[in-house]
Amino acid sequence: MITALLIAFPFLAALLMLVIPGSRTKSAALAATLIQACLTAYVIFIFDINEKESLLANMQFILKEEWIASLGISFFIGLDGISLLMVILTNFLLPLIVLSTWNKEIARPKLFYFLVLFMQSALVGVFVSLDAFLYYIFWELALIPIYFIVLLWGGENRVKITYKFFIYTLLGSLLMLAGIIWMYLQTADRSFGIDAFYAVMLDMTAQRWIFWAFFIAYAIKIPLLPFHSWQPDTYTTAPNAGTMLLSGIMLKMGIYSILRWVLPIVPMAVDAYTDIVLYMCVGGIIYASWIALSQNDLKRLFAWSSIAHVGLITAGLFTLSRTGFQGALIQMIAHGVNVVGLFFVAEIILQRRNTSLISALGGIRAKAPVFASVFMIITFASIALPLTNAFIGEFLLLSSLYEYSFMFATFAGLTVILGAVYMLRAYKNTMLGEDTNEEFADLSTSEKLVLFPIVGLILFFGIYPQFIFNLTDESVKYLLEEIANHMALKY
Amino acid sequence: MENFAWLIPLLPLTGFLISIFLGKKLPETVLASIASIAILIPFIITLGIFIPFASAVDPEPIKIILFEWINIGKLSVNFSFQIDQLSLMMMLVITGVGFLIHMYSAGYMHKDPGFNRFFAYLNLFVFFMLLLVMGSNYLMLFIGWEGVGLCSFLLIGFWYKNPEYAKAANKAFIMNRIGDLGLLLGIFLLYLRFSTLEFSRISFEAMDITLSDPIIVSATLLLFIGAIGKSAQLPLFTWLPDAMAGPTPVSALIHAATMVTAGVYLIIRSNILFTLAPFTQEIITVVGLATAIFAATIGLKQNDIKKVLAYSTVSQLGYMFFALGLGAYEAAYFHLFTHAFFKALLFLGSGSVIHAVGGEQDMRKMGGLKDKLKITHITFLIGTIAIAGLPPFAGFFSKDEILAAAFHQNPIFWVLGVGGALLTAFYMFRLYYLTFHGTFRGTSEQESHLHESPISMTLPLVVLAFFSIVAGLLNVPEVLGGNHWLKGFFEPLLAGSNLIQELQPHDAISHTLEIILMAISVGLILAVIAYAWIRYKKNGHIPAGDEEKLPAFENLLSRKWYVDEIYESIIVKPLMSASGSIYKFVEVNFIDRIVNGVGQLVILSSRTARFLQTGNVGFYIFAMVIGIILILATNRFIH
Repeated sequence: MITALLIAFPFLAALLMLVIPGSRTKSAALAATLIQACLTAYVIFIFDINEKESLLANMQFILKEEWIASLGISFFIGLDGISLLMVILTNFLLPLIVLSTWNKEIARPKLFYFLVLFMQSALVGVFVSLDAFLYYIFWELALIPIYFIVLLWGGENRVKITYKFFIYTLLGSLLMLAGIIWMYLQTADRSFGIDAFYAVMLDMTAQRWIFWAFFIAYAIKIPLLPFHSWQPDTYTTAPNAGTMLLSGIMLKMGIYSILRWVLPIVPMAVDAYTDIVLYMCVGGIIYASWIALSQNDLKRLFAWSSIAHVGLITAGLFTLSRTGFQGALIQMIAHGVNVVGLFFVAEIILQRRNTSLISALGGIRAKAPVFASVFMIITFASIALPLTNAFIGEFLLLSSLYEYSFMFATFAGLTVILGAVYMLRAYKNTMLGEDTNEEFADLSTSEKLVLFPIVGLILFFGIYPQFIFNLTDESVKYLLEEIANHMALKY
Repeated sequence: MENFAWLIPLLPLTGFLISIFLGKKLPETVLASIASIAILIPFIITLGIFIPFASAVDPEPIKIILFEWINIGKLSVNFSFQIDQLSLMMMLVITGVGFLIHMYSAGYMHKDPGFNRFFAYLNLFVFFMLLLVMGSNYLMLFIGWEGVGLCSFLLIGFWYKNPEYAKAANKAFIMNRIGDLGLLLGIFLLYLRFSTLEFSRISFEAMDITLSDPIIVSATLLLFIGAIGKSAQLPLFTWLPDAMAGPTPVSALIHAATMVTAGVYLIIRSNILFTLAPFTQEIITVVGLATAIFAATIGLKQNDIKKVLAYSTVSQLGYMFFALGLGAYEAAYFHLFTHAFFKALLFLGSGSVIHAVGGEQDMRKMGGLKDKLKITHITFLIGTIAIAGLPPFAGFFSKDEILAAAFHQNPIFWVLGVGGALLTAFYMFRLYYLTFHGTFRGTSEQESHLHESPISMTLPLVVLAFFSIVAGLLNVPEVLGGNHWLKGFFEPLLAGSNLIQELQPHDAISHTLEIILMAISVGLILAVIAYAWIRYKKNGHIPAGDEEKLPAFENLLSRKWYVDEIYESIIVKPLMSASGSIYKFVEVNFIDRIVNGVGQLVILSSRTARFLQTGNVGFYIFAMVIGIILILATNRFIH
């Protein structure tokens, strides 16, 4: 039941936003997300991390209600360590995202917070669905609020950009829908349940088709090279909370889905296409990092760096190893936390100086030392300095890649150097240098309440990553077993 | 004292937290005392562990496991320490010299608006440096390794308002990162080969590996790339001279005595692997020797007092790598140890000089300081003699041991090594005479302010000068009546390497030959010093001003062989301009165009084009999905 509550609560809270006075919605939304976060903390507390017998036995707090029995559709949800981790990411970032809008006048606040909370509900839905049909509905539902958020509150060129974003992702979703329906037709007793999907043994040709149907949808969402071209524009034009939702949480839908809906279902095709995918991922890391070197807009720079980071995460998944999976999982959390921090930093600069162009900035360190220090910590986290969250992920991901192929690891490893180049360049040119006469107020209380927890999370997961591994270890083991059972693949 | 070992890194970390969070509210003296004590107590604890350790027969390394850091199946890494001969010797240098430099900084940074920040970073640096040498596995080492890189970055760019300094900080971090990637890949390879990252287990298992095993050769080459970056060897050395942008105590602690020697530490720590890889050893020998000479030639023509010392550091580090390549690990450490004292002394001495002349660093505007800065002068002279390698000063013994090892391998190496030593003696005495002798060449205003530094600054100079004289006693060779203490102490650490080396044919050089070699090098050094004396003291030669045109070769040296310019034009510029081109041609004109083209095709062929173009697509889909849900929901209730 508690899983259903995790979906229902933000949805009900979203509806509540529509009826309470506009001036109160901000606080109400914050309260709602905080309650949801507490609920999630409670779930972590009661979650059982001990060894289980099988993948489905690993799923806890299962709720399975028949929905459309004739079509084999059920309302089937549950949490394993991996899902729980994604729910944690969503529900702990949401209060920060809401709080990041605290100082900002938002037109039509009722609608805005309605959409944000609605999206939270859909995101949780995606991460806990164990029925393919239900999963697809949540997947689409998550797209709608973000579409409106970007369209209604976005910046320059928003109509054109959201349009491209929407069509692009929708196209991917349709491919996925086709894949889901086809899979459903192969199940023994016509069911959309994940167990039925996992039980289907497809021949190689079928696996290849299904692989691409799903994978393209996810490659667009993540995004991977060459499906990324919607991303920099959308991240830049979206209102900041939207960018945070997109980059911090929504793109993880794609990575999570590969883990849940691709690898165990079509492992033979995965095995056959690993090199192609790794070329996309590693190519994307270098390509995006290289472009980031000369980006002059802070938000755009972060957008490109995000493409590089998610490329590495996806690469780790395709090594089909425990190290790669765990690396990807912790890196999803780390990336979520860090990217939200970075975009908030960009937003603060934009609000204070009315520009996010690196060439137009400088000397902020002298005016706002606390802000500059926080920015520095997030910068070093995003270039994976040891004892920050991203280091653990980067280390595990590169190490898993190294085990697969020295060449891929070396090229992917260039992110270690290039990341430092573009991030430190951005930091130096915006923060350091001569004192300018322009004022720059240091962090306000609400801004601190967003950024300090981010710094805390950066250090906490950098020093004690085992917190995450303990949650996910059993699930990862069984997922790998499931894949291995499907094909005699060692890990 | 072993039970307090965990306090050793913890106290500097605590000092960092205090300085950064409460520092602004504390008076300077209190703050500086807290920060210094945070280093002094670890020094005392280290001594307390060291003394029984050194007197014990066959002491066991002390292992401390703090917690399980990463544990996912077969990959398991603990957050743990290992204290053995090598870590202890490093810890003594780090905390000992570190403490003196903290004390010195209290005077040097007096009234700087960033006083608390400075001490915070310095404490943080010591913390990471201690992690680096105390860690019991390669990943712990890597934490320290990157951590000290961070602190180096923070301290080089300490005066962040100067864009040049900020640039130097970035350069240092990025060049280090190039090496770090090598180190990281090396660690992966070691993990793949050994399934562990613990030093002790790798050393143990390495005993069964055959010489020149390809994996070990590759792994050691990768580790060496890391060392090249951190220890500023060819070709990644150009960040270190720029790093002089940081306050002078930083140059002394980080960029001379401790951090830059991390590469040497790494190789001694992995000595057995390197001994198993003769190919890597050869490369290290060549790189080390080339760096030693190359950097020394640049040092000949620099006029900035700190730049001379910076190139000198690069050159001396080259000697250490030279020794490592020769398999003379203990000689490399010995030189690291003596160098830590005399180079820290020289940097702090130069700081005292810079302090006295109001921030001036150009030696052409100094001169005749020996009467005004008596303590600085004497201690600086001691440092200069020590680095030049005259007996009985510390540098003589350590350099001699390296040269003996070189001769042993190949007399040519010895000749080149002595050649580098002669360059060293020359540029150091050039520096000494230009700074302390002759007449003062600065402004009269500077002249009226000339003063000796306060006691907090001169006391560390005296202590360091003392050790610059006596540190050589640590390892006096048998031929001079010593007992090679360090060699005996390091025996357990190097046992594996010694075993492998003994299997290879070699003949020891006789004591007579050793004495002759010593006499030749000392004689030549004296001759060079005499030349420097004639040129700069007797004839009062002053280097030409920047505007004057130098002869081609001298110009090449004074422009540092144009290495920076070459890197800029063949790496940095192409990389940056390609970035713009890729964005324009590949991204905008190719990928994006295809995507938009496909998009348009879809739209044109779609009956929903009308909806899409009005921008109402969202409402449409929204309505659709909501519709589906409602239908399905009703369906459920009906059944």
